Amino acid sequence: MSEVPKEIKKISEFEWELPASYKKGMNVPARIIANEALLKGMDKGVFDQVTNIACLPGIQKKALCMPDGHWGYGFPIGGVAAFDVNEGIISPGGIGFDINCGMRLITTNLSYKEVKPQLKNLVDNLFTTVPSGVGCKGFLKLNNQQFDDIMVDGVKWCVENGYGVESDMWNTEGYGKIEQADVEKVSERARKRGINQLGTLGSGNHYLEIQLAKSMNVFDEDVAKKFGIIGDDQVVIMVHCGSRGFGHQVATDYLKVFDKSMDKYGIKVNDRELACAPFNSDEGQDYYKAMACASNMAFANRQVITHRIREAFSSIFKKTQEQMEMNLVYDVAHNIAKVEEHKIDNKIKKVVVHRKGATRAFPPKHRELCPKYRSVGQPVILGGSMETGSHLLVGTQKAMDETFGSTAHGSGRTMSRTKAKQEFKGKELQEQMMKKGIYVRSSSMNGLAEEAGKAYKDINSVVDILDAYGIARKVVGFNPIGNVKG
Amino acid sequence: MKSHKFLEDVAIADVAFEATGSNLNEVFEACGDAVFETIADLDTLNDTETYTYTAENENIEDLLYEFLEEIVYLKDTESLIFKKCNVKITENHKIKAKFMGDKINQEKQELNTDVKAVTMHMFSLKKEKEGYKATIVLDI
Repeated sequence: MSEVPKEIKKISEFEWELPASYKKGMNVPARIIANEALLKGMDKGVFDQVTNIACLPGIQKKALCMPDGHWGYGFPIGGVAAFDVNEGIISPGGIGFDINCGMRLITTNLSYKEVKPQLKNLVDNLFTTVPSGVGCKGFLKLNNQQFDDIMVDGVKWCVENGYGVESDMWNTEGYGKIEQADVEKVSERARKRGINQLGTLGSGNHYLEIQLAKSMNVFDEDVAKKFGIIGDDQVVIMVHCGSRGFGHQVATDYLKVFDKSMDKYGIKVNDRELACAPFNSDEGQDYYKAMACASNMAFANRQVITHRIREAFSSIFKKTQEQMEMNLVYDVAHNIAKVEEHKIDNKIKKVVVHRKGATRAFPPKHRELCPKYRSVGQPVILGGSMETGSHLLVGTQKAMDETFGSTAHGSGRTMSRTKAKQEFKGKELQEQMMKKGIYVRSSSMNGLAEEAGKAYKDINSVVDILDAYGIARKVVGFNPIGNVKG
Repeated sequence: MKSHKFLEDVAIADVAFEATGSNLNEVFEACGDAVFETIADLDTLNDTETYTYTAENENIEDLLYEFLEEIVYLKDTESLIFKKCNVKITENHKIKAKFMGDKINQEKQELNTDVKAVTMHMFSLKKEKEGYKATIVLDI
């Protein structure tokens, strides 16, 4: 049954608004980007939570939820909000515990025909070299100084230490690091949780997937080519993971700090998970600097995983990564807060954009984009469920104008983990997928059941809405053939 | 009597549970049990590794939050996962807990999901007519 509040106003086919009068304390309206079907499928939590965000101090224009939105904690997943840097706040609940959870896409020039006979070998090899699951540890033994350097330099550290090439840095959001990182703002507990985890996937919905770009799924040939995708059953690799225990602890630490400091700043929130601090306060700045450390660790994590993927492909196909053209298309964060400039009331203003389960989608000519993509716009990577496929899109001016340069992040769950485990059995699912030509390895059969395709929204309808509304344009769709599930 | 149940439709991407106990010790233990069960299939774990946790906090909800957070922390830092715990809470809000479990071994154990964090969403610990009830959402 639909839980859409009756006060919702249809602005256009893809825009739905709850006015600021909907709930006491709302400073701005809340807007949901969806078609009618997806809107009706959204749980009550989305409406409660997006209107709670609208109550936070210093929020600009409107609180947003993307079409893949669903209940989160504090912010809904799919939540986007921008706060004035002087009068606004920063909230760990608007970023998520998995700071800089994100997506990465790597090309190859291998075709399905070449990879198919080795697929099982390849996935088995990746399953071993990229550790996943509960308690997994990375292959790098880092000392404290090295871990500090990673927190500060992100992908740059990896490139300098032989775990990547320079173009990897160029093709990562923000060039693979947030400048404001300060290791002094990170607790010993966070450090201890993270130091052994570089190069690991983790578990839950994190994965590493081998995918195919079929010619029929190339929607924009020119842009696809610019991104290194030509179709023709080309094999690509997608990675979904974040900052692991390190980021989780940074978020936990500061959630506790903010929970206690809100009284001091006279901030009241409708949900403890929305605990926040003024961005310009000591607490707010400390969190931002620690969050930057976790973001940089996450960029480095996906980079080290990329290095391991390249090694695995080299050992199986007996070619170098250059010969296989294993280039990074892009790396995007979808759980993050960043200081950006946006046009508000016809003035360019500095704001802290929170994206929680939402992806940056900068348009062509944006000055933060690397020269290679400045003419076409930023690559946007949307991961689907492990059964249904994923998408590469490109950022647009409309996203800049309407959603603070943001778009959706994936397909979004429709079924709880507990329910999915009752409905599906991991082993059966693995066999069914094998029949469809998708070879899956997972360290946990229960974990696999939780990630069944049917537990997710249809990614194609999410992507079609983004494209039709215009806050990202479709470039290529991918089909999975092999998956290492965390 | 302590018990816990997972809530199906509360936290779509995460795990939510409700735990009850006839006193504070029991409700803490029941919350611990739910976190243990989220992480691993408990039948596949030994209980030979032990860990003693002590803390104090005037606020009993915060004491529970920190107790659960410690379980998550020990998984990543000490590779320890647990199958049961004994909790003693004194009147002045001090806790002494003994965890019994195993070192993580993916080969031997059926592990479920890595708990990322204990959230404060809906976090509650309430005294009821008979004992206590806690509601917790874990980030997965």
